Amino acid sequence: MRKYYDDISRIAGNVVTVKAGGVGYDELAVLTSDRGESLAQVIRLESNSVSLQVFAGTQGVANNDRVRFMHKPMQVPFSDALLGRVFDGSGRPRDGRGVVEADMVDIGSPAVNPVKRRMPDKMVQTGIPMIDIFNSLVESQKLPIFSVAGEPYNELLARVGLQANADIIILGGMGLRHDDYLKFRNAFEEGGVLGRAIMFIHTAADPVVECLLVPDLCLAVGEQFALQGKSVLVLLTDMTAFSDALKEIAIVMEQIPSNRGYPGDLYTQLAKRYEKAVDFDGAGSMTVLACVTMPGDDVTHPVPDNTGYITEGQFYLRNGRIEPFGSLSRLKQQVNGKTRDDHRAIMDACIQLYALCRESREKRDMGFEMSEWDTKLLAYGALFEDKIMDLSVNIPLFEALDRCWTILADCFEPAETGIRRAIIEKHWPKPLT
Amino acid sequence: MTGKIVAVHGNLVIAETDDRVVQNSVGYCVRSDDVRLLAEVVRVRGRLADMQVFEDTRGLKVGDAVELRREMLSVVLGPGLLGQIYDGLQNPLPKLAEQVGFFLKPGTYIHGLLPDTKWAFTPGVGPGASVQRGDVLGSVPEGIFKHQIMVPFSWQGSFTVEKVVPAGDYTIDDEIAVLKDDAGRSHSVRMQQEWPVKVPLNVSRRRLMPTDPLVTRVRIIDSMFPIVRGGTYCIPGPFGAGKTVLQQITSRYAEVDVVIVAACGERAGEVVETLREFPQLIDPRTGRSLMERTIIICNTSAMPVAAREASVYTAATLGEYYRQMGLHVLLLADSTSRWAQAMRELSGRLEEIPGEEAFPAYLESRIAAFYERGGALELRSGEIGTLTIGGTVSPAGGNFEEPVTQGTLKVVGAFHGLSRARSDARRYPAIDPLDSWSKYTGIIEPAKVAKVHELLIRGNEVRQMMTVVGEEGTSAEDFTVALKADFFDNCYLQQNAFDDVDGATPAERQQFVFNKILEVLDLEFGFEDKNLARQTMVRGTDLFRNWNYAASDSDEYRQLLERIDRFIATKGRDE
Ligand SMILES: Nc1ncnc2c1ncn2[C@@H]1O[C@H](COP(=O)(O)OP(=O)(O)OP(=O)(O)O)[C@@H](O)[C@H]1O
Ligand SMILES: [Mg+2]
Repeated sequence: MRKYYDDISRIAGNVVTVKAGGVGYDELAVLTSDRGESLAQVIRLESNSVSLQVFAGTQGVANNDRVRFMHKPMQVPFSDALLGRVFDGSGRPRDGRGVVEADMVDIGSPAVNPVKRRMPDKMVQTGIPMIDIFNSLVESQKLPIFSVAGEPYNELLARVGLQANADIIILGGMGLRHDDYLKFRNAFEEGGVLGRAIMFIHTAADPVVECLLVPDLCLAVGEQFALQGKSVLVLLTDMTAFSDALKEIAIVMEQIPSNRGYPGDLYTQLAKRYEKAVDFDGAGSMTVLACVTMPGDDVTHPVPDNTGYITEGQFYLRNGRIEPFGSLSRLKQQVNGKTRDDHRAIMDACIQLYALCRESREKRDMGFEMSEWDTKLLAYGALFEDKIMDLSVNIPLFEALDRCWTILADCFEPAETGIRRAIIEKHWPKPLT
Repeated sequence: MTGKIVAVHGNLVIAETDDRVVQNSVGYCVRSDDVRLLAEVVRVRGRLADMQVFEDTRGLKVGDAVELRREMLSVVLGPGLLGQIYDGLQNPLPKLAEQVGFFLKPGTYIHGLLPDTKWAFTPGVGPGASVQRGDVLGSVPEGIFKHQIMVPFSWQGSFTVEKVVPAGDYTIDDEIAVLKDDAGRSHSVRMQQEWPVKVPLNVSRRRLMPTDPLVTRVRIIDSMFPIVRGGTYCIPGPFGAGKTVLQQITSRYAEVDVVIVAACGERAGEVVETLREFPQLIDPRTGRSLMERTIIICNTSAMPVAAREASVYTAATLGEYYRQMGLHVLLLADSTSRWAQAMRELSGRLEEIPGEEAFPAYLESRIAAFYERGGALELRSGEIGTLTIGGTVSPAGGNFEEPVTQGTLKVVGAFHGLSRARSDARRYPAIDPLDSWSKYTGIIEPAKVAKVHELLIRGNEVRQMMTVVGEEGTSAEDFTVALKADFFDNCYLQQNAFDDVDGATPAERQQFVFNKILEVLDLEFGFEDKNLARQTMVRGTDLFRNWNYAASDSDEYRQLLERIDRFIATKGRDE
């Protein structure tokens, strides 16, 4: 017999409070109203009152609508039949095909025991020198792309997704514009990876809080594939939409905001998701790339700020290029010592010189006289931007390193690069005096 | 003592009971599938006990039973702590993995020591001796140390030794001594004892002023902003500026006996690096693996938040325990901001009146109390034991004007502030030499430190002026000051953490290089031409940098030193 509760005492924001007993914290419920069924999750228990976060929102919900408790947490079916499929933010098929019948797995499972992780050591080659040389991407890394609206962040995400060579690609869209969803689809189709891709898509037209489940769904499915030994790549866009949905719920629950309206546990909430990225000791791996749009291009905004404290680096996308300053892959040192002996030296030297070039440009723009050294730096900066930084450059790592040497030798004397003599002697492309 | 759950909100559970409730005592919330989740009483209101649960509360229901205990959250102390990897509640993670696999499992608790291992005990006192809490009864070898077995720290009053077992192999639970108190009652002593983590452990004659430099082999720290054994320091910095890398280097090279790494609410991957690498790394000072002197407390960001709050106290208690043996202990906590956030989350659920940025009003006093657990002690034996505490701070938006950074700066002895500008420019370690300070004296004479500090400040002033008046508007003399400041920065303050030689500079080498650099800084170059000035300093920098990479006893080292001396003798005109 199915038991219903219909004594709803409060409807506010996306939260409904109903009188009920025997309900477990965090469990799943279904709210039935004139608008149909919506999933809901228990977020507070207080004697016989149960507060529920309603994923489809509470518009049109009446105080005698019916709530049914499922006595289990949110789950997702898991099997190979998910491949090639598209679902919505609640895990329902969105591609007009049937429901996947398979064993269910809980979402939001406990953390991986740190001792069951291995040290990531496989470099993911992307063909983008700003990534491969300067901030190598590593399998199992969690890395966001920080971007202002309008930058081609979804294109970059799709491009890395395609070149990364993962067994399984999972796309989680949050507040995604329908056009962007189609672009991803087309990119995957053209790249021939649609058959090993799974998409959980919440679009800008769907109720806002429904996007809250998207990362958990993607990561729960990805985790299962990783446990089977697969290398999984999860692409999440846009995590700012996810954070804003968290904020909405927190405000309705009258939590005291810590920073610009965001709840104090934003860090923990985001970390719970990003930390699912893993290289299992004795199974596969899961890499997580996410887009974080920065409101007002402000990296100190709570969403990019908290994200930066959680992820293993970040790529800044600005003016259609990956910015060398601020962009960082924290796992790069696990892999860039084993590629070629000059990799690290080139990485450090090129960036330090480019930083100096920017200083010279500032001086120039203020109308100051350019010294001989400034002139050298300016010439270097122009070449570097054109031949290395430009996002259209698509060359393998070694070729990119060689190209850097050529640029350096065209612009500088060996000692001016700050590179150690031993490395210079081996790689300097011109005769040494 | 039992009660029933009446409310669940995140990790806060409210229990109703008719029994006695002790503030800060532990208890268990019993889930309907009989899984028992550890919790701590954080507030008592009439018959209501507010408890923070150290696990995910998923599945708890109103009406579920609560068992209340009398004791406070405690850790077990005894031989076998070194080399362990614990969560914030002292559960050994490798054993947990053996039992429950890839994922952590709420409600699984494992004894923190090795219950079956036999330790070779040597008695240190005989019958009739008069002893007090903390006095040594004997010892067992634990790795490279003599682990002292002490009279339990919670025993008040004086005792007479009635019996000590003869030398031999015993487990931590075997009786190794019997003590008689003043009233004539006998008490049995085992090698293991418990101590509540939130109560400082300090059994000593007195607290000493910490003055003995703690060499970390990071040049900018040891030479410019030193720390001392028994002192405290903090490393605030925006994300990605290098806090964790700095602590990782310190955990390897710091010249102390025991290192406790508390990974508090940060990335699991970073701990994995430590726990995979340390067993392979040989500590040159002992010839043994680094892991033998290390304890890892690991409550990473995806692990339960309340256990994160507890983890720094667990770490401090283990540190204090080894300090009681007359050892030098270094506790590295990364990041204290996550611990503060854990307090904030709980405070919010308790609906306490929030302070700035929603942190609780007692934030500052908690931070102060935590760092107070560091210190140098003269023990009852006359030996000196120290606990040094270094914490990272992760300020929102990288802005140091926030409650955790400010609260920390008030109480620590040294401040290593990392700057975004320096880390963006890859000037590692990104400690800002203009902002940072230390109240301690290190391995370089203070007058010399003050001198280069002055140079750095003047160099910065010149640089700033130059952005307004340009190079052409700057005098050759000022320009040289700026170049010298850069030279010192490039050759000394910056250090490549990933290079075997440059990554760690012992104290004697630091002193030698520092003096050499001072010779360069003292030179009256008399440059007329700015380009020549720059070229000369570039050559000097190149020499010193390569010298930094040369192993101390190598030919390369000697050759470069000769060239440097020539550089100095000719004022860089002809090396
Ligand atoms: N001393 C160093 N030498 C070379 N590279 C460094 C150094 N310190 C930091 N880095 C680089 O910066 C990255 C980030 O450093 P780290 O993880 O220590 O930052 P953090 O301050 O702890 O950041 P968060 O607050 O997000 O944890 C490293 O992965 C490394 O690439
Ligand atoms: Mg860190």
